[in-house]
Amino acid sequence: MTKKIIIEPVTRVEGHGKVTILLDEAGQVSQARLHIVEFRGFERFIQGRPYWEIPVLVQRLCGICPVSHHLAAAKAMDGIVGVDKLTPPAEKIRRLMHYGQMFQSHALHFFHLVSPDLLFGFDADPLERNVIGVARKFPYLAVQGVMMRKYGQEIIKATAGKKIHGTGAVPGGVNKNLSIEERDGFLKDIDQMLAWCRASLQIAKDYTLEHIEELADFGSFDSNHVSLVRADGAMDLYHGNLRAITATGEKIFDQIDYQSYFKYIAEEVKPWSYMKFPFISSLGPENGWYRVGPLARINACDFIDTPEAEAARKDFLSITDGKPNNITMAYHWARMIELLHAGEKIRELLNDLDLQGTDLMAKGERRGESVGLIEAPRGTLFHHYKVDENDQVTMANLIVSTTSNNTPMNLAVEGVAKKYLSGAEITEGLLNRVEVAIRAYDPCLSCATHAMGQMPLVIELEDAAGNTLDRRVRD
Amino acid sequence: MNDTFKITIDGKEIEARQGQTIMDAADAAGIYIPRLCSHPDLKPIGSCRVCTVVVDGRPQAACVKPVMDGMVIENDTPAVLQHRRNIIDMMFVEGNHFCMFCEKSGNCELQALAYRFGITAPQYPFQFPEKEVDGSHPDILLDHNRCIMCARCVRASQELDGKNVFQSIGRGFHRKIGVNGEKELGDTDMAVSDRATEICPVGCIIKKRVGYEVPIGQRIYDKAPIGSDIEEVHP
Repeated sequence: MTKKIIIEPVTRVEGHGKVTILLDEAGQVSQARLHIVEFRGFERFIQGRPYWEIPVLVQRLCGICPVSHHLAAAKAMDGIVGVDKLTPPAEKIRRLMHYGQMFQSHALHFFHLVSPDLLFGFDADPLERNVIGVARKFPYLAVQGVMMRKYGQEIIKATAGKKIHGTGAVPGGVNKNLSIEERDGFLKDIDQMLAWCRASLQIAKDYTLEHIEELADFGSFDSNHVSLVRADGAMDLYHGNLRAITATGEKIFDQIDYQSYFKYIAEEVKPWSYMKFPFISSLGPENGWYRVGPLARINACDFIDTPEAEAARKDFLSITDGKPNNITMAYHWARMIELLHAGEKIRELLNDLDLQGTDLMAKGERRGESVGLIEAPRGTLFHHYKVDENDQVTMANLIVSTTSNNTPMNLAVEGVAKKYLSGAEITEGLLNRVEVAIRAYDPCLSCATHAMGQMPLVIELEDAAGNTLDRRVRD
Repeated sequence: MNDTFKITIDGKEIEARQGQTIMDAADAAGIYIPRLCSHPDLKPIGSCRVCTVVVDGRPQAACVKPVMDGMVIENDTPAVLQHRRNIIDMMFVEGNHFCMFCEKSGNCELQALAYRFGITAPQYPFQFPEKEVDGSHPDILLDHNRCIMCARCVRASQELDGKNVFQSIGRGFHRKIGVNGEKELGDTDMAVSDRATEICPVGCIIKKRVGYEVPIGQRIYDKAPIGSDIEEVHP
């Protein structure tokens, strides 16, 4: 008789999800599924809206990284208005907005959502293992987390007009530059921010190396990795071409113009989830699934063009002899390398006088179809639109980062369940570890189904006949 | 004959002239009476009723009611304010007003009034009516979701542009703005330079491809609440 374990809701991730663990007749884990139980349908209801509204409209998918949707849509709409190259001030303002976003999102995830697990251990009392517990026991870290998030949010406000759901990027450019006063306000604090980035990176690195034996077998598996990279192979979070590599670093495709992403990436639908399952077309759904996000980006790029993050990248890859790192929990270390990179990029941009430029808009010849890609905090984000001669959207396809990580998250949960499930009961230890594995991907489940709501977790354990053997809820 | 006289608004005596409306006299005295369908360049029609005041005990639309010697007017009283609030609320639920992504946000008179009245959410149930978006004109978008039936466009087209692009059609809840063409705005003689293009108080008639060009913080009502310009006459 097969059995099923269900964990619902999953906590400290963005959105609402449910985990089901299926047991076979022998009581062994046969499969784990992370269900996304909400549905929103943005792709449908933006049809008919004017194209210039989309960057502002579609960012309402999410309150955590709306800037990513804002910019991905704006990049697509640049194509619709026939602009392939923005003016230098416009591109740099957008980049600053994006690095501000990356900075605040990574800080939020690390300090507010993940640090309780790393600081207190997976088995610590949930009453202590939360952000309030961190604030009590490690007040300096809690302050750092809050201040770093604030810094990123203020950059977003200065470039987009609001901390959440701004209007800065418009098709063909931006609607404002950065004033000298705003710039000086950020420059004043940048050294402190970079110092905190280094300290955060150290925590993530030390944690990973201290627990490397355990983590190597904690929801880890070999996978392909997909990311945008610059033409010279450098990490570029705002713009680049698509690269896919295997678990050992061989290139599957490279320097693909993302306007034709659909020739290389396909999506599969499964009946038990609203979230689709993307895969690399040439490898098929069985073998073509891949990971995106910090781990994939560090693995896929040839180098990072800021010195401290580049040194950290080499350090990171040294434990795998320069080959891609496939340890799920190494996402946190990779994420902190990116946090430092974002900080370095912000400093570089703040010292660039183009940010005070006034040439903010470019023009071109109108097109009917365009794709915008960006490396969002959680990974590659795809926006694809068709617009008719009346300027109204007729088709939209969004592949968000969490969707790309769908299969990997399922495998991570399955791996953890196989290792830690004993009997037909959901123990506290199992619940904790399933959540920790999912959290490594920083999933934004609202976004992934284009859905809404808080993210509590439910886990259910089900037998072969579909009977629920056990159920635990955490919210 | 002396054609100036005194009227009283909320206990304050102000000067008024024969031929003025209550709204004209109040504006000149720096007293703001909220309004939506009224526009200084158009003849008033008293259709939106947001400017309702109580004149000698009876509700009247200030934009059309002429002043008379010795009138006693209630403008800023709890009962009048509640009445206006109810009207504004109804406008929100009878259309599809999604301020959060509307390009008129910050420049929208309906939104600005809601802020002035402290409306954070409507008290009536949303109707979510099905409305059309007409993108047929090369330079102008007509989004019926946001129409409040103020008929400014109807009057501006006739009175200011010498055209007849818009009309009110239908009855009651189904009343809407129709265009004088085969079926869509693109069939009419409307031009983007027409006054009717920019006179819409909400985001129903908008110029194409210029949305969001003014950054947050520099939009009309980012700086001061609606009505401040009138109140500044006599602070």
